[in-house]
Amino acid sequence: MSKYTPIIGLEVHVELKTQSKMFCSCSADYFGKDPNTHTCPVCLGLPGALPVPNKQAIEWCIMIALALNCEINLFSKFDRKNYFYPDLPKGYQISQYDLPFGKKGSITLSSGKTIGITRVHMEEDTGKLMHQTVNGQKISLVDYNRSSVPLVEIVTEPDFDNADDVVEYLQKLQTIVRYLGVSNADMEKGDMRLEPNISLTDKPGVFPPYKVEVKNINSFKFVHKAISYELKRQEEILEKGETPLQETRGWNEAQNNTVSQRIKEEANDYRYFPEPDIPPITHTVEEIAQFKSSLPELREEKIKRFMTEFFLSEYDSSQMTREKDEADLFEDAVKIGKEKNITAKQIANFIMNKKDSVFLSSKELIALIETDLKKEELDPAELDAIIQSVLSQNEKAVTDYKSGKESVIMFLVGQCMRAIGKKVDAHVIKNALIKSLS
Amino acid sequence: MNNLTIVEARKKLDTKEVSSLELTQYFLGEIKKKNDHLNAFITISEKEALSMAEQADEKLKNGDSTPLLGIPLALKDIYMTKGVRTTAASKVLENYIPQYDGTAVMLLKKAGAVILGKTNLDAWAHGSSGENSDFSPTKNPYNTEYVPGGSSSGSPVAVASEMALAASGTDTGGSIRLPASFCNVVGLKPTYGRVSRYGVIAMASSLDSIGHFTKTVEDNALYLQVTAGKYTMDATSPPIDVPNYTQNLSQGVKGLKIGVPKEYFIDGLDPRIKDMIDKSLKWYEDQGAEIIEISLPHTSYAIEVYYIIQTAEVSSNLARYDGIRFGNTRASFGPEAKRRIMLGTYVLSAGYYDAFYKKAMQVRTLLKNDFEEAFKKVDVMITPASPTLPWKLGEKTSDPLSMYLSDILTVHANLVGIPGLSVPIGFLEGLPVGMQILGPHFSEEKLYQVGYAFEQSHPFWKERPKNE
Amino acid sequence: MKIDITHIAKLANLPLTDEERTLYSGQLSSILDYIARLNELNTTEIEETSQVTGLTNVLRDDKALPSLSQEDATSGSQSDKGQFKVKGIFDNE
Repeated sequence: MSKYTPIIGLEVHVELKTQSKMFCSCSADYFGKDPNTHTCPVCLGLPGALPVPNKQAIEWCIMIALALNCEINLFSKFDRKNYFYPDLPKGYQISQYDLPFGKKGSITLSSGKTIGITRVHMEEDTGKLMHQTVNGQKISLVDYNRSSVPLVEIVTEPDFDNADDVVEYLQKLQTIVRYLGVSNADMEKGDMRLEPNISLTDKPGVFPPYKVEVKNINSFKFVHKAISYELKRQEEILEKGETPLQETRGWNEAQNNTVSQRIKEEANDYRYFPEPDIPPITHTVEEIAQFKSSLPELREEKIKRFMTEFFLSEYDSSQMTREKDEADLFEDAVKIGKEKNITAKQIANFIMNKKDSVFLSSKELIALIETDLKKEELDPAELDAIIQSVLSQNEKAVTDYKSGKESVIMFLVGQCMRAIGKKVDAHVIKNALIKSLS
Repeated sequence: MNNLTIVEARKKLDTKEVSSLELTQYFLGEIKKKNDHLNAFITISEKEALSMAEQADEKLKNGDSTPLLGIPLALKDIYMTKGVRTTAASKVLENYIPQYDGTAVMLLKKAGAVILGKTNLDAWAHGSSGENSDFSPTKNPYNTEYVPGGSSSGSPVAVASEMALAASGTDTGGSIRLPASFCNVVGLKPTYGRVSRYGVIAMASSLDSIGHFTKTVEDNALYLQVTAGKYTMDATSPPIDVPNYTQNLSQGVKGLKIGVPKEYFIDGLDPRIKDMIDKSLKWYEDQGAEIIEISLPHTSYAIEVYYIIQTAEVSSNLARYDGIRFGNTRASFGPEAKRRIMLGTYVLSAGYYDAFYKKAMQVRTLLKNDFEEAFKKVDVMITPASPTLPWKLGEKTSDPLSMYLSDILTVHANLVGIPGLSVPIGFLEGLPVGMQILGPHFSEEKLYQVGYAFEQSHPFWKERPKNE
Repeated sequence: MKIDITHIAKLANLPLTDEERTLYSGQLSSILDYIARLNELNTTEIEETSQVTGLTNVLRDDKALPSLSQEDATSGSQSDKGQFKVKGIFDNE
C-alpha cells in the first residue's frame, strides 16, 4: 500500500457540434476538410475582423453546466486570454475568466464519491499545427479550419485519487454531452480532450508544492495508462526525497510514458481583461429554470426508471441506455411490443444478444423479434415426443387432469417448456397437451 | 471646380454638367500635382477609381441620383479595401492586400462613391500629428512646415487641399477632431457604435469611432447618412434607428442650452484660442442660445485613463500581426507602436492589473457620470479641440508624453462614447482653429444643426490653403 | 517607476535591441509615473466600465455561411498546399 495519496484534478474540453463556429459563421464541420477552406476574416484573425457569439453554443454550454448541477452566473462575459502561438491567429483566445457560465457543480460516481465541478465555461478552439522537416529544416504547417470552433471547458476540483474514477468520470461526462445532443465527444477525433493535473501527497488533505499537467491523452485506453505511469514516475522521485518539477508533460503512446514539454521558467501571464468587442451575456432566473426543465432525462434517471417501469435489472437498463437514441428506440419498441405481448426483457435480451441485427426503427425491431420468436416454434413431431415424455414422467398429474383438475395443465405446460429448454409459445404447448390428453 | 462641395458636385453631376469620370480625373490630376509635396496619400488607386467612376456614370445615365453617387473620396489607410493595398501606415503591412472590404467601405461603394486612394496616418493610428507614419509625415497645406494633426493626417489634408471631396478617418482619442481643427475642415467623431467597426483595423476596441472629413457640415451629414446604421458583424453597434441628418440642418439654436465645461479651459490653453471660442459662444448667445457654465470634475484624469485603457487594448489588438498569415514580422513595428504595445502589456500584467487597468475602468465610470450629470443641464457642449495651434514638424517628436498631452481635450468623448463635431472657427498666424461640439449619445443631428448655424454665418471653409 | 523591460518585451513578443531596451525603459517609466496620478482618486465601491454601449446579449443565430476560398485565405503569406508555413516550433505536442 503506497504511503502516497494521488491528487488529481481534470480539465476536459468538449467540442460542440454546432452548425457554425463560436464567433463567426464559418461551418464548424471542419474534420477532414481541405486546409484553410473553413475560414473567414474573423477566425483567421485578419485585420479589422470582429467576433459575434453563437447563441446556440452558449445555450448548450449552460445545458452542460446544468446537467453537472452547476450554479449559473446570471451575469456573464467573455474575456481575452493573451498569449502568442502560431495556432492562435489573433494572439489571444476569447474565453471566460472570472464570470464563467457555470460554477460550483458536482457529479457523483458509482462508488458514491462526489466530484466537485469548479467551473464550466465557453471558449474558442485554436487552429491545428503539423510539424514537418523539409530539406533538413524544421517547419510547422498551420490549418485554421478548427480555429474558433466552440469549446466548453469543464474543470473539476482536485477530488480524484485514482485512475479508475477518472475513467468513470470521463465516461459519465461523455454520456451526458451525448445525451444532450451537443457533442459527439469522441476522444479519438478530438472532440473530447482531457488534461489531468496530477500530484502525490504523503499528508492526506495537504496539497504538495507542485502539480504536473499531462497533455496528449487522446483515447480512453490511454487514460488509465498515462495516469498510472505518471503516478509511478512521481512516486519514484518523491522516494528519493526530491520534489517532482511543476511542468507540462505529454503522453507518448509509442513509448508508453510521459515526456517533459517546454519547462516554463515562469507561469504564463495571460493578462486577462474583459473582451471589449462582445457585450456581456445576461440571463434571468426564469430563463435558467426553463433551460433546466428542457434538459432531457439523463442516463442515471433513465436507468432508474427502466428498472421500475419495465422491471429490468440494473445491468439490462444500463445496457439499454448507453446512447440516448438507442434508449429512445428501445422505449418505443417496448410500447409497440406491449400490444404484441412482447416484454421489455425480451426486447432487451434480443438487442443484447443479436449484435449483428440491423434495425433502424422500433417497428423494425419488433418485427425482427416476432420473426425470431416464431423461429423458436417446434417441429410438431419433436413437440409430440417431448409431450409423451413429460406425460409418462408425470402420471399423477395426468390422472389429476383427467379427473377434472384442469389447472394441472399449466404445471404440465411448465414441465414441457423446461424439457424443451427454448422459449416457445406457451399456448401452442397447452393446446398440444390438451389434444394429447383427450 | 474650385472649392467644390459634395452638394455642388451632386448638382453638376445630376445636370450632366460634368461626368463622374471627368470629376474623378480632375481629382486624380490634383493628387498628382500636390501629393508629392503634401504626402497625403499612401496609395492612389487610379485604375479602380476610374472603373468606379464609369459605373457611377452608368447609373447617372439611368437617372439615379443618390447623394454620394459618383463622388470621389479617399479612405484613411486603416480601412480594409479588398484588392487595394492597406498598410495602416506601417512597414508591417507595407505590401498587404486585404481579402475583404470593411462594412463602411461596402456601404460607400454601394452608394456609388468613387474611391481615389488610401490616405496617410500615424502608423496604427498611434499619434496626434501624422509624424508616426512609416511613410513620412503628411504636411499641413496651410503651412507645410506644420503638422496637419493626427492620427488621421492624410484625410483632412486631402479634403482641405482639394484632392478629394470627402475622406474617412477614425477617432480613438481625437484623431478626427484634432486634425479637422488643424486643417480647416469639418470632422465628425460619431457616437461609438453608430458606424460599424467591422473592417477597420482595430486600435482600441472600446474607443474606436468611425468618422469622416468634409468641407462643410451639410456634406458631412450626407456622408454619415450612408455609413450610419445597425450592424450584424459588429456586436458593439447598438440597434438605434438612423435619422435623416440633413432634413433639419437649418433648425437654428434658439432655446438651445450650450454647456461650457470649465475644466476644458486649462492653463495650457492658448489664450487666443480661448478668445475665439468665447466669441463663438457670444455669437450663439446672440442667436438665442443659452450659455451655461458646467463642470466635468474628473476631466483632468481623462488622459491617464485613456492611456491605460487604450494601450491595453492596443497591445492585445496588435498581437495578431506576427507575419504568419499576412504582413511582415513584429520587428517591423515602429517605435511608437512598440511603446504602446509594451505600455499596454505592462498595465495588464500580473500584479499591475488592479493598480492600472482596473483603476482606469473605475475612473472611466466617474467620467461617464460627469457627462450624464452635465447633459441633464445642457443639450450640447462647446470646447476648443486643441489647447494649441498646430505645431511645427519635429517639435514634439522627442517627447512622447508631450505628444500624448495634445489629446487632453478630446479623449474624454471617446472614453464615454459620445459624438463630437469639429467645425472651423477661424485662423491664427495663418493656421486653422476649430471648435469642438459635443453631445449625448446619438445626438449627431443636433451637433450638425449647431455647427451648421455657425458655418452659415462664418464660412471659413471657403478659405483655401494658399500653398498649392 | 522602474519596469522590467526585458520581461515585458518577451510577454509582448517584441524583439528589442539593447539600445531600444534602454530608450524605451526610460520613456515608459516617465509615462507610467504620469499615469500613476490616478491613484490620487478614491474609487472604492465604484463599478468598472469596460463597455459604453450598455448593450447585452448580442448574439448570432447558429447558421453556417460561406467561408473564404483557400486561395483568398492564404493570399497574404507563404503557404504549402493550402497550409501556412511557420519556422519550426520546438515542443512535442
